[in-house]
Amino acid sequence: MDAMPKWADVVLVPVVSLLLAAIISIIVFVAVGQDPWEALKLMSYGAVGTSDNLGYTLFYMTNFIFTGLAVAVAFHAALFNIGGEGQVLLGGLGATLAVLFVPWPHWTLALLAGSVAAALFGALWVAIPAYLQARRGSHIVITTIMFNFMASGLLIFMLAGPLKPVGEMQIATAVFPETVHLPSLHDIAQLFGLDTFGRSPVNISIFLALGACVGVWALIWHTRLGYQIRAFGQSESAARYAGISAVNITMIALLISGALAGMMAVNNTMGINNPQLVDNAAGGAGFIGIAVALMGRNHPVGIVIAALLFGALFQGGAELSAATQIPVQIVVVIQALVIMFTGALDEMVRSPIQKMFLRYGNKGVGAPAAVLPEGEE
Amino acid sequence: MSFTTKFLGATAALALTAGAAWADGPAIIYDLGGKFDKSFNESAYNGAQRWAEETGEEFAEFEITSDAQREQAIRRFAEAGNNPIVMAGFSWGTPLEAAAADYPDTNFVIIDAAVDAPNIRSVVFNEHEGSYLVGMLAAAASETDTVSFVGGMDIPLIRKFGCGYAQGVKAVNPDATVISNMTGTTPSAWNDPVKGSELTLSQISQGSDVVFAAAGGTGIGVLQTAADEGILSIGVDSNQNYLHSGQVLTSMVKRVDNAVYDAFAAGENVEVGLNVMGVENEGVAYSLDEHNEELITDEMKAMVEEASAQMASGELEVHDYMSDETCPAIDF
Repeated sequence: MDAMPKWADVVLVPVVSLLLAAIISIIVFVAVGQDPWEALKLMSYGAVGTSDNLGYTLFYMTNFIFTGLAVAVAFHAALFNIGGEGQVLLGGLGATLAVLFVPWPHWTLALLAGSVAAALFGALWVAIPAYLQARRGSHIVITTIMFNFMASGLLIFMLAGPLKPVGEMQIATAVFPETVHLPSLHDIAQLFGLDTFGRSPVNISIFLALGACVGVWALIWHTRLGYQIRAFGQSESAARYAGISAVNITMIALLISGALAGMMAVNNTMGINNPQLVDNAAGGAGFIGIAVALMGRNHPVGIVIAALLFGALFQGGAELSAATQIPVQIVVVIQALVIMFTGALDEMVRSPIQKMFLRYGNKGVGAPAAVLPEGEE
Repeated sequence: MSFTTKFLGATAALALTAGAAWADGPAIIYDLGGKFDKSFNESAYNGAQRWAEETGEEFAEFEITSDAQREQAIRRFAEAGNNPIVMAGFSWGTPLEAAAADYPDTNFVIIDAAVDAPNIRSVVFNEHEGSYLVGMLAAAASETDTVSFVGGMDIPLIRKFGCGYAQGVKAVNPDATVISNMTGTTPSAWNDPVKGSELTLSQISQGSDVVFAAAGGTGIGVLQTAADEGILSIGVDSNQNYLHSGQVLTSMVKRVDNAVYDAFAAGENVEVGLNVMGVENEGVAYSLDEHNEELITDEMKAMVEEASAQMASGELEVHDYMSDETCPAIDF
């Protein structure tokens, strides 16, 4: 822990990971005959070039904040919840049931009901793996990923059966009633006389996501429960010795994690222009959350920044495949490279850097650096 | 965090220099399954490609990777100035309905669904008519008086294929047995060649010697198994006769390529409204090429040509399953 100064942990490692991903991406672009510089320009334009594009980037960012927080909370208890994908789908099912069949008079009530139902369904979906982990020692990684498949099956069953409007062939629910449509940022901007974000789906749930960040920050670092979660995550035996119940902390951390993942549905199901629950609604956000949490060092501020980066990558990638002849598969490869280097291969970059600091490091540099990675510039 | 702020700063600067990236020609958006699915999407791609080769012009295209991207894809091309924008597949109906009103000066073309709006051309096919024709051929080619049908996902559109097929079979041989199986009730049924193969084997064990696959990617498994087991098969959407030369009786071609080609050729002034493509205007047909010419006798050819003419003149009316969700010739 002391081998590396804080700034190296929060800045150097992600930057080196991104550079490695960029180098391989350049090789891929050259191999398919695309000018890498041109591709970067297109992706940047797609991500932030117009306020409409920026809106899409923020929309994806909102998704990734929820799933990133979900992974981070579990990480603090040393639990690896990779079932975000399934929890998002179940959250979508919960939100759909809450708003499609109850005639809410106003979107505020629908937002409240939808968020609660989404969080509840997400939490319930992780409750069984959590119980199995806490009481029976079944590994959470195995059970949550299995539950992703079950969630997908359950969702398709519901969408192809009970929730499908009569006569429709698309695997989706009916469009939610007009009164429960959440205001988009475009609508909100218009209140202030601004015409921004066009018809992009970024909506009020971005504030819900930022609120969740504050909530997680307060929970983890400023409550007794958060302390217990972190203590449990650092050393289970020490936490037990201190009287912290392993079963309780495992359950609570995972339920919070599942609830956060489930709440992503507020954004991607209730918040879109044409709100309805579609097949494969999560679109991989559950897995990207892992990379977001790792890159953001499990801290809400880092998660917001990492989520913004991944949102830009996603939106920019869509633009790249729409504007060029690059096959969509290559764009997915580029996105996967960044996820792989910042997420899965984190340790590959970290340990050499750590060793470097151990050998040449100046003991004075890293001493009491702030937890918040702000004020670097 | 400094690197990200720098990244954003850099991208914002770049954004000013990029932007000349788009053209304003026609655009096509494929459905899930991808452009090279050997079936529906590929047929749409072939139409676009044919237009590009003939005119020397370029078109924009996009393959979505999840349902969540549909509306974004439509808006992206509309805002870039592409016109007309063609999308293949009934799943585009809902997102298109929502988006089209925001771009009154852009014309949209949707294939396989009817969306009523002043700037949308809806192309639907009389799949029941084409299926009727291949059903007649199947009945004529069968020696066991038993033929079969493998559908993809169990939706009304696929039952429409099966219903037309069964009617064609019964028209030629009223005593024939038509076995029908659907691959599944979920979207994975469109791409499950292994299950398609199993269903075909089961149908063969029940005596079938001609199988018609209307199942997207699943059909590849059906045709393969039919060829391996020495029975005849019938392809769908694209002309699939070449996949197993001499062992595919014919294909029920749905000229999605023509629909795309026509829309691209008409350009920005593409005619809006409902456009029905049937036997009459060669929107659906049975395929005849060097791979199956030995399988289709002159009598069979004469028989289907006559039926085609009768359909065109209105003398022969094939029941459309989707009109009332019932079928006189087969129970699903």
